[in-house]
Amino acid sequence: MSDKKWPETWQEINPGCMVFRPGSSAEYHTGSWRAKRPLWDKVKCIKCGLCYIYCPEGCITEDADGFFEANLNYCKGCGICAKECWTGAIAMADEEE
Amino acid sequence: MGKRIGIEVAIAAAEAAALCRFEVAAVYPITPQSHVAEHLSDIVNDGRVDASFITVEGEHSALSAAIGASGTGARVITATSSQGLLYMSEVMPIASGMRVPIVMIVANRAVSSPINIWNDHSDIMPMRDTGWITFFSENGQEAVDMVIQAYKVAEHRDVMLPVDVMMDGFQLTHMVEPLFMPDQEEVDRFLPPYVPYATLHPDNPVSMGTLAMPDIFAEAQKSKDAALVNSLTVIKEVWKEWEELFGRKYEPVQTYLTEDADVAMVTMGSMGETAEVAVDELRRQGIKAGLIKIKLWRPFPFEDLKKAVKGIRVVAVMDRAVSFGGPGGPVFSEIRSALYDEPARPAVVNFIIGLGGRDIQVVDFVDMMKKAAAGKLAEPYEFYGVRG
Ligand code: SF4
Ligand code: SF4
Repeated sequence: MSDKKWPETWQEINPGCMVFRPGSSAEYHTGSWRAKRPLWDKVKCIKCGLCYIYCPEGCITEDADGFFEANLNYCKGCGICAKECWTGAIAMADEEE
Repeated sequence: MGKRIGIEVAIAAAEAAALCRFEVAAVYPITPQSHVAEHLSDIVNDGRVDASFITVEGEHSALSAAIGASGTGARVITATSSQGLLYMSEVMPIASGMRVPIVMIVANRAVSSPINIWNDHSDIMPMRDTGWITFFSENGQEAVDMVIQAYKVAEHRDVMLPVDVMMDGFQLTHMVEPLFMPDQEEVDRFLPPYVPYATLHPDNPVSMGTLAMPDIFAEAQKSKDAALVNSLTVIKEVWKEWEELFGRKYEPVQTYLTEDADVAMVTMGSMGETAEVAVDELRRQGIKAGLIKIKLWRPFPFEDLKKAVKGIRVVAVMDRAVSFGGPGGPVFSEIRSALYDEPARPAVVNFIIGLGGRDIQVVDFVDMMKKAAAGKLAEPYEFYGVRG
């Protein structure tokens, strides 16, 4: 039973793609297919936390000053935060390489 | 060495699962599989095995429950037929993708519509690509033997795949046949207790059936394909061992009088027995006929087939299912494709016969073989005996 981090080749895939390390899904960076990323405008933000509540990925966190930011390892760029932000503080910018 | 008894084949197949000491049965009854379901339920009810019987509300749940149970490390049996198998179709690739060694008995029956409860192979053919090992039994004895062999193959550490065992509906399921039921001690010797690769248990957490994104999905599928292809070696080993213990020989491609044959039929399932009689009859008439029976449908035994057709001029494939709007029956396209690269390949022709329980008699096989030998098929495939 392997506990390797990430299978590089098909031979390294565990039978049935079984995963033996609890909590290891945090290492699975699901944001890789994102086409757009959210950008926060701290001037417009009133720190209401709606973006934080609505993010379906649960990837928005509050910083020390009470502002919000997305962990781009998991943000899939759905734009829900931007849609829900009623002050228009979040813009969706094209993802660039 | 087992006792020879007269027994209904569906019941015998359930008894075979009991000899394997199954621990969970999750089954929904459907004609002509019902006697398997009923008898499995009786076996559990009578306490003859230390097992749970899960009464599910449909086949989708039956296979889902079977997967969950197998994930906990239990030896699992399920069974179905026709629409029930199609209802399971969403779950079938999940079982093979998760590599759970479930054994399923399929009482082959036509699929709707029109509604028909009798035998053909149109239920299993759409399941061809779901990643299950697929055995085709020819008679009651083979159905019993294959259920037991199936567990040994499925649970082998180099395989870990679900196996389904075909037995033709009514033709086999509802027949009372004389057959050898192996002894419990013999089966125990052949089939050790199941030692799972991993189990769903809180003390040792493991995730099964996880997400795979585009950057790893193809690798996952390749590993599943390789497991299925490589299972051929294990299947042959297990069949060899079976032959040594029980004296009954199983091969992925079994031949009858093909060595000097000019024309040969290819059959799967119960029609092989009638075809054998037809070959004898053709030989009496001076036609060098032979018979090729496919016992292992997945993984397909390409090399064994190539060996079997050596020197044969015409191969007539008997399909008991239609690939609508396709290149002929599913077995036909498989066999033609398997032989395409052979420098001296035989002509391969296709008859679609025995749909929805239509009787196939010795005279029909004789007639088809003569037609094939004379190159008298107008179409690339022919619905044999269809009126009009
Ligand atoms: S774009 Fe979607 S996933 Fe990304 S932070 Fe906003 S709500 Fe969450
Ligand atoms: S929803 Fe908009 S205003 Fe509210 S915290 Fe998020 S960014 Fe700030």
